[in-house]
Amino acid sequence: MSSNMVAILYLISALLFIFALRGLSHPESSRMGNIFGIIGMIIAVFTTLMFKSVLSYYEIGAAILIGGAIGSFIALRIEMTALPQLVAAFHSLVGLAAVFVAAAAFYDPVAFSIGKVGSIKTASLVEMSIGTFIGAITFSGSVLAFGKLQGTISGKPIVFKFQHLINAIIFLLIIFLIVLFVINQSPTIFWTIVIVSILLGFLVVIPIGGADMPVVVSMLNSYSGWAACGIGFTLSNNLLIITGALVGASGAILSYIMSKGMNRSIINVVLGGFGGEQDSSASKDNSDKIVKQGNAEDAAYIMKNADSVIIVPGYGMAVAQAQHALREMGDILKKEGIEVRYAIHPVAGRMPGHMNVLLAEANVPYEEVLELDEINHDFPMTEVSFVIGANDVTNPAAKTDESSPIFGMPILDVEKSQSVLFVKRSMATGYSGVDNELFYRDNTTMLFGDAKKMCEDIVKSLSA
Amino acid sequence: MEAHSSEVFVIGLTVFFLACIIGYYVVWSVTPALHSPLMGVTNAISSVIIVGAILAAGPQGFDTSKIFGLIGVVLASVNIFGGFLVTYRMLSMFKKKTKKTKEKD
Repeated sequence: MSSNMVAILYLISALLFIFALRGLSHPESSRMGNIFGIIGMIIAVFTTLMFKSVLSYYEIGAAILIGGAIGSFIALRIEMTALPQLVAAFHSLVGLAAVFVAAAAFYDPVAFSIGKVGSIKTASLVEMSIGTFIGAITFSGSVLAFGKLQGTISGKPIVFKFQHLINAIIFLLIIFLIVLFVINQSPTIFWTIVIVSILLGFLVVIPIGGADMPVVVSMLNSYSGWAACGIGFTLSNNLLIITGALVGASGAILSYIMSKGMNRSIINVVLGGFGGEQDSSASKDNSDKIVKQGNAEDAAYIMKNADSVIIVPGYGMAVAQAQHALREMGDILKKEGIEVRYAIHPVAGRMPGHMNVLLAEANVPYEEVLELDEINHDFPMTEVSFVIGANDVTNPAAKTDESSPIFGMPILDVEKSQSVLFVKRSMATGYSGVDNELFYRDNTTMLFGDAKKMCEDIVKSLSA
Repeated sequence: MEAHSSEVFVIGLTVFFLACIIGYYVVWSVTPALHSPLMGVTNAISSVIIVGAILAAGPQGFDTSKIFGLIGVVLASVNIFGGFLVTYRMLSMFKKKTKKTKEKD
């Protein structure tokens, strides 16, 4: 195949990837988009297999089958609640693959036409080491993020003295190593870069708390793209450069949206130390205030007599696996002629869009699921807000109390609805450690208990 | 593909910046409800890095580079299959619900 033909096929593949992302602008076009992505990938793989230098079809075929079988097995079995971990794990593989491809190019530069062993072109060496560096960081950062999301590692931010200084020194050390590597092309230095970068990846994610993981997962998504870009430059391959840039941009935008949803700068999240379990001593003492408590029958009665209900689900709902019971509750209310909608805060899940997937899985029609800016102005016209497993994202202190750690965060204005039902396990504060004054308002009824059990009980009372 | 270092690098850089701009606009057009599938798809397509792994695994015989290449192919394939499949699963949940057919599951 001529190199022009290859370039054209790669271009088609890149265009299909762009269409794959474009398809996601609407749920109805999204499935076609996914198919474009698959076709693009098939074209890219077969085009590469047609290269004259590629001869070992059996080995490559076997490798694809092994990888494909593992990937398919995991993807088909994974629970949707565990999606963030899965994505983190997948990112780590992209990072690792980038490191291996860079290493392969270093050991056999002839196969990639970038020079000979010991005399690889300078530009290629720089690109190769940058790809390796980003790949290795993506790998270890994602492994740690996976551990934190999965719960194998504590989600608490781990903060120690001179943390940022140490990271900065390590970063400078890596730059120094890259310069050294470009000069003497030593394998020892190459692997030192890999190891030090892996260490830096761990150190960068370690101070970031569990609840900040949406930003971290998005950021690692971005890194995995830049790693692909780095390799693309090494191999002078436009397809890799384009795809890497698309992925990099996507991850960067998602990180931006997530940090904005928490009213924090990306820098602030990256520096870490926020989130996890904090003592609530900072919050005002509310022990003397009275909380109105209710049970499932009260909730059923209140909602049955309303015209409109907005359900505000949070991560606690997902943890309790309450989405199916919740949807059943919504269905009964709808049958009674009540308008039921769902309001999703940008950081409601553990990754961007996570809550939407969980509700879709429970068969909630996506037309009923609305984003913060779409639904926030409707709260004053709503009779009942049903908050389940969410806390901080409804806290009016974000608008009024300048001393609050969540001040400035966009919130769902549930307090403007006529009455608020709060499903919570206890009076514990949210992850920000801030008390929610909504709990003590006259029009708020607290429903203490497990989210799933509560929904099931409400369903029972509603159908009784 | 032959590489005339600086010229090729500049072409790559041009492609890179244009792709970033396309990425910027395309990603902002993605509806927030589909941000999780977006991560699934980007995850799958970033494994196009398999192209590099195949080139390394291509030559006959067995050397370090080939082994690294084959490992790269395995890792990237996990992602390609896993990424597209999990995205497919997510997206099939976002199908328009035909009225009352799926009342009980």
